[in-house]
Amino acid sequence: MTTIQEVPQGRLKSPFYPRQAELDRLNRWHDWKGYSSADGFYDTTLEYFSIRNSTSVFDLTPMTKYRITGRDSLDFIDRLVTRDMRKIKPGRVAYAVWCNDEGQVIDDGTIFHLKDGEYRLCSQERHMAWLTAAAIGMDVSIVDETHDIAALAVQGPTSYSVMKNLGLDGIENLKPFGLMYFDFEGTDLMVSRTGFTGDLGYELWLPAAKAEALWDALFEAGKLHGIMAIGTDALEQSRIEAGFIAAYVDFLPADVTVRSGRSRSPFELGLEWLVDFKKSNFNGRRALAKEKRQGSTWRLVKLDIEGNKPAHHSYIFAKSGGRQKNIGFTTSATWSPVCKQNIAIGTARTPHGNVGDKLFVEIYYQREMHWSRVMAEATVVDKPFWNPPRRRATPPGLF
Amino acid sequence: MNDRYDAIVVGAGHNGLVCASLLAKAGRKVLVLEAKDQVGGAAITRTFAEGYSVSACAHLLYQLQPQVRKDLGLEFDVSSEQMGTIALSPDGNHVRYNGNEVSGTSDEDAASYKDFYRRMTRFADLLQTYLNKTPPRLAKDASLSDLLTLVRLGFDVRRLGKVEMQEFLRLIGINIYDELVERFESGLLKGALSLDAVLGTHLGPRSPNTILTYLYRLAGSHGTISAPAGGMSAVSEALAHSARDNGATIRTGMPVKKIIIENGRAAGVETENGEQFSSWLVVSNADPKTTIMRLVSARNVETGFTRRVHNIRMRGNAAKLHLALDGLPHIKGIEKGEYGERFVVAPDENYVERAFNAAKYGETSTKPVFEITFPSFRDSSLAPTGKHVLSAIVQYAPYALREGWSDETRQAFLDRAIATLGEYMPDLKQRISAAEMLTPADIEKEFLITGGHWHHGELSLDQFLFTRPVGGAAQYAMPLDGLYLCGAGAHPGGGVSGAAGRNAARAILKREKAA
Repeated sequence: MTTIQEVPQGRLKSPFYPRQAELDRLNRWHDWKGYSSADGFYDTTLEYFSIRNSTSVFDLTPMTKYRITGRDSLDFIDRLVTRDMRKIKPGRVAYAVWCNDEGQVIDDGTIFHLKDGEYRLCSQERHMAWLTAAAIGMDVSIVDETHDIAALAVQGPTSYSVMKNLGLDGIENLKPFGLMYFDFEGTDLMVSRTGFTGDLGYELWLPAAKAEALWDALFEAGKLHGIMAIGTDALEQSRIEAGFIAAYVDFLPADVTVRSGRSRSPFELGLEWLVDFKKSNFNGRRALAKEKRQGSTWRLVKLDIEGNKPAHHSYIFAKSGGRQKNIGFTTSATWSPVCKQNIAIGTARTPHGNVGDKLFVEIYYQREMHWSRVMAEATVVDKPFWNPPRRRATPPGLF
Repeated sequence: MNDRYDAIVVGAGHNGLVCASLLAKAGRKVLVLEAKDQVGGAAITRTFAEGYSVSACAHLLYQLQPQVRKDLGLEFDVSSEQMGTIALSPDGNHVRYNGNEVSGTSDEDAASYKDFYRRMTRFADLLQTYLNKTPPRLAKDASLSDLLTLVRLGFDVRRLGKVEMQEFLRLIGINIYDELVERFESGLLKGALSLDAVLGTHLGPRSPNTILTYLYRLAGSHGTISAPAGGMSAVSEALAHSARDNGATIRTGMPVKKIIIENGRAAGVETENGEQFSSWLVVSNADPKTTIMRLVSARNVETGFTRRVHNIRMRGNAAKLHLALDGLPHIKGIEKGEYGERFVVAPDENYVERAFNAAKYGETSTKPVFEITFPSFRDSSLAPTGKHVLSAIVQYAPYALREGWSDETRQAFLDRAIATLGEYMPDLKQRISAAEMLTPADIEKEFLITGGHWHHGELSLDQFLFTRPVGGAAQYAMPLDGLYLCGAGAHPGGGVSGAAGRNAARAILKREKAA
């Protein structure tokens, strides 16, 4: 008789789950690529302010992690993404975007040059099928290490102090988009100065078996620095302030769109700075070169909106010949407590959406069941809403 | 870099030569680089035993497009023309057919065959028009001429008349087995026609779209078969002469190592001996996988395209058998004068399907099917006086043999093939003085065709017209500026037809003019 091995069903629990469950007051969890991920633990606002005022800890384990090695690993990655990966030396991290042959964005993510010729690619979505196709004809190995590597984002103004308290000697020299290895109870702890909050912060990566020990040590080290576990809701607010885009929110991965015109190129997502036509061949190059010559259809806009009602799911209008013309829609919106601004990220049809343009967003809001509508003026801005100097300072200040 | 050319053709297969000749005729300075010492690719004559020569891969001519002959003023001698087919039966009651005539069957079968042949050749004529055109683009950036071609295709199908159009649409995707069983009684006839439909493919008569492969075979000369005097090299040499006369330079023994890519476009080629030749136009006669994966390298093309090329189905399933014979073997019921015909061993349609069954599971057929000729019968240049050559296509011998191809597995298949032939030619074995069996693995090695598939990719509806070799590259231009495909891997496909080479040359010249 053959026995059928039990396969995991339902939602997976992160190796940090036991510790998170102890702190959890809300019992609000959602699915993130098969893992339980918390919306929040106490209160979104409280958690949000730990990102901006002290130290927040977010469980990144469900983040897709691929280990890419082999003789052609650099060629593989350089062809995969639009930016020049030859410039990313070992010990450095690159934010990158990858496209299909039509120059449409499949996803964005971070690529860690762990050691010479050894990379880790991290993204929100899973991409094994695409990476496997990209590996045809190349000597490269792609291993999904999502489940093996536990990861935490430790972000906020006091995060550097917490790292020092954790005993990470030399962390003061770690520059933004750099990575370093430390010993943690006999295993390699990789720390990168990266994050999704636009603030000073780090991401910690280590084998899943050491997850709980790291959590304990971290919270011990952060005890006097306002360390707090946070969920996705608080993080979402801070990532909009930082002007970062998210898959399935601000763009759809090109491999899941069905209707034509629903995917986006890097140019249409404000990522032109990531597209390097001087490098060797990369996926989407021909199509992107053509788009650059002929112009794009869409443009990503960051909007500073009057009033205080978040412009969720709003149409964007422009004045055109005395009439209001619908030119796009918002994709992410929030009230920014730290900027005291009503902000949004949206998609506008070119040629609209130039920096400084005055547009309008149509905001619907409900008060005691009744719906109301305002047309709020929205200014297109180019800088991230939140971008404090401490994010870049090396060494960062002790708070 | 040394000399600069207007165009470099990689490989002097017959399509490469057609393309080179037409480009040279249009005034381009053309260089053809051939890996082997002989031009012709899979259309060559070579020695296989002392004193014995044979057309080593393709051995019969039935698809050479009249347009190619006309455009190039091609001339070569043929040793056999309008060869008939004899479907062998061990008891000597063979079925013979040629054109729309069949004998050895019931009168009903003979009448039905006439009707079948009429309809099939009519459909083949329709198909043929499109074999000699660049397939239209279906994408949103289709040009006016693409749209016109599409409209014409629709119009041509409609013009068949209501009944014939319905028949065409019904038949084009289905298998030949069903159609044959519906029409004919004679197992020999059904077997032989089945074989005609599946020769050189990884398909059995019950596989879908074997009507299409049958029509493909008829397109050009309605299945009229001939053999060039001196073997297939006669055709290739004539093409090479035409190319040279038009001013092309052909260099043999120059295997190309890679196609040089600069700034996202083809810029020339580098040969194995390190020589470089520059040209902004590189035309590859190699199969699509060799061209993209080996000569260009995945690094220089994009992932979606690489995946499509990687997934082209091109695993050969046909072996080639060459026997040096002391004399013609005795075949029951065959007159002395008939040895110049084409013989098939495919006793009935189920026999052919059963032979294919094995191939599905990575095994060779226990009872293979054969297409046999004795080229020396009409062409004494191929064998010493009084001696003869047997040349046969033997199916099925899958490229991806489960046990793997080795001297032992090849010998085992050779033994089985000879034993099967022995049932029809009892004295064959003692007449053999030398034997050569080319498995798909050998064909891959000798003719530099990935998978040993001499059509450079299975001919099936999903790898036909708009999607041959793959979607987005069906108009001979690869997604790299200056790189074109002109071999059987491109539309319309394999067979010594020259259509791909001619279409490619025309597409290149048209594109250049537009640029």
